[in-house]
Amino acid sequence: MEKFITLTAIAAPLPLANVDTDKIIPARFLKTIKRSGLGVHLFDAMRYDGDGSERADFVLNRAPYRNAQILIAHENFGCGSSREHAPWALLDFGIRCIIAPDFADIFHNNALKNGILPIRLPRAVCDALIEDAKLGGNARLTVDLARQVVVRPNGEEIGFDIDPFRKHCLLNGLDDIGQTLQRESAIDAHEAGRRMAQPWLPAITGV
Amino acid sequence: MSGTKPRTLFDKIWDSHVVETMPDGTCILYIDRHLVHEVTSPQAFEGLRLAGRKVRRPDATIAVADHNIPTTDRRAGIKEDESRIQVETLERNVAEFGVPYIPILDERQGIVHIIGPELGASLPGMTIVCGDSHTSTHGAMGALAFGIGTSEVEHVLATQSLLQKPAKNMLVQVDGKLGFGVTAKDLVLAIIGQIGTAGGNGHVIEYAGEAVRALDMAGRMTVCNMSIEAGARAGLVAPDETTFEYIKGRLYAPKGGAFEQAAAYWRTMPTDPGAFYDKVVTLNAAGIAPMVTWGTTPEAVVPITGVVPDPAAVEDEGRRSQMQRMLDYMALKAGQRLQDLPIDVVFIGSCTNGRIEDIRAAAAVARGRKVADGVQALVVPGSGLVKLQAEEEGLDQILLEAGFEWREAGCSMCLGMNPDKLTAGQRCASTSNRNFEGRQGPGGRTHLLSPAMAAAAAVTGRLTDVRELV
Repeated sequence: MEKFITLTAIAAPLPLANVDTDKIIPARFLKTIKRSGLGVHLFDAMRYDGDGSERADFVLNRAPYRNAQILIAHENFGCGSSREHAPWALLDFGIRCIIAPDFADIFHNNALKNGILPIRLPRAVCDALIEDAKLGGNARLTVDLARQVVVRPNGEEIGFDIDPFRKHCLLNGLDDIGQTLQRESAIDAHEAGRRMAQPWLPAITGV
Repeated sequence: MSGTKPRTLFDKIWDSHVVETMPDGTCILYIDRHLVHEVTSPQAFEGLRLAGRKVRRPDATIAVADHNIPTTDRRAGIKEDESRIQVETLERNVAEFGVPYIPILDERQGIVHIIGPELGASLPGMTIVCGDSHTSTHGAMGALAFGIGTSEVEHVLATQSLLQKPAKNMLVQVDGKLGFGVTAKDLVLAIIGQIGTAGGNGHVIEYAGEAVRALDMAGRMTVCNMSIEAGARAGLVAPDETTFEYIKGRLYAPKGGAFEQAAAYWRTMPTDPGAFYDKVVTLNAAGIAPMVTWGTTPEAVVPITGVVPDPAAVEDEGRRSQMQRMLDYMALKAGQRLQDLPIDVVFIGSCTNGRIEDIRAAAAVARGRKVADGVQALVVPGSGLVKLQAEEEGLDQILLEAGFEWREAGCSMCLGMNPDKLTAGQRCASTSNRNFEGRQGPGGRTHLLSPAMAAAAAVTGRLTDVRELV
């Protein structure tokens, strides 16, 4: 996972609530066996016409926002399925940070595990940042994870919360599995205890 | 016991699976059962391979292909290249890593959330995960079951655990009895309509009360299945005699003395009196009518007797424009009656409503009637075993005589990943779980409802109050 330390970038305004994972990437594009290359399908239905041509009215098809690395949206971003293809598609497009009033739980987890920083800020603050974002290339936002602030183009700093463990993982680009495996002996002990206490738990054999 | 803090069902399952708690409260949570399917696992197995890691507990894992599978005769194989490659990749991965796999032509093949309980592999008190958000279904067994992403699938394969923080507790208490013609699907749609699609974010929902107790296991699974549509990763129903009767005799369920030992433990699991819930919502079952969605989020739902709401009546500008966007997509107008809206396609199936009880409900409405002219109506059993059971009961014949199509098991038209899809502009009465834009195929328009309501729509050709037919 790529580290996330600070990011100064163009932010794209997407003032929609309930941006679901089928909107982020429709199911028909989930047939890949790879993680890469999904950016072209990001927001497929909003981004392209039926014949595959770009829709000029969609924000990510417009000049400065083609290079956006920050997305600002409304409530319940990422609701719906557990598909990690959603953050993979965002990342492949270049998005490293999403700011919204709140996120669906599974999407929030999936984003963090791919080096994308989801930031929860109140709706009114998101709306102010959306106004900044509408100024395009002249109004970049800075996200400083170590200091936990978003810096507006006018210099105003807005603090945000993040789980300390997740912050540590993002700042250092750490994956979970290696860290958990350092605690393998504790897992062994727990597992042995379960087998003793609940011997009825079925093993799957014979399929 | 005096001095012991009363705990919820969720608290008890959580506590008994915590391997370790880190200083910031993140826990290593032990996972008892991992269900794997072809869509969200290829990159996870690839990750293991690159790191030279093994699957820690193949015996706690079951793999099956469901999302990409055609529901017509599949002995000829999968025609579509990408779908076939994804299934072949799963088959290669399970062979390489020694994971138990139910092959496509096996009669036990089916939707992963149908077969877990059906095979007795999903039991009370377990932690169950799968790279699929509808894993919440298994919560009906009294198990903590939730969907995970592919990075977490890899984490579970490698470590049989997850890094998690405990969710908050939410109680949805449904008092009273459901009325005539009103089902578990109507109940959960009414709940989502009340608390909203984000209402359960950060929470595990426990469903309780007279109406929930009265549901059979199929109904409880339907309710828990759609917890995620209310934002909750998991739904729970406390195990009781209905649960135990369901489990008895299933393939992997404990037998004889082991069953009694297990049941004695399961009886200790229901929430203690006085346990704390962060959020409590109550509903009266008697006030719920058959429900149907009108928009492109499951919270956009009204009774079949109702009308499409008016965006102009909504104060918040964002919500108002979202409603208008939904009406435009669905080709509906404010104030329009849902009843009598003509439909093109009917889909009965999915992990929400693909169980034998659902097919019985559809067949009861279809018996002696005909699918309306110009309507395509699909019935897709949730598993091969459901299909066999339905055929033993003669339900397939009733449905076929009425003009329904009788398909092989799979996810089918729930999500537009296999040949069963809506085309742009088609309007579908669907027993599935999501009405998002394009969910059932690009440009498709979805109305979520119960199996009986879907069958009623099939025979009249329009959205219909099933209570008028039975």
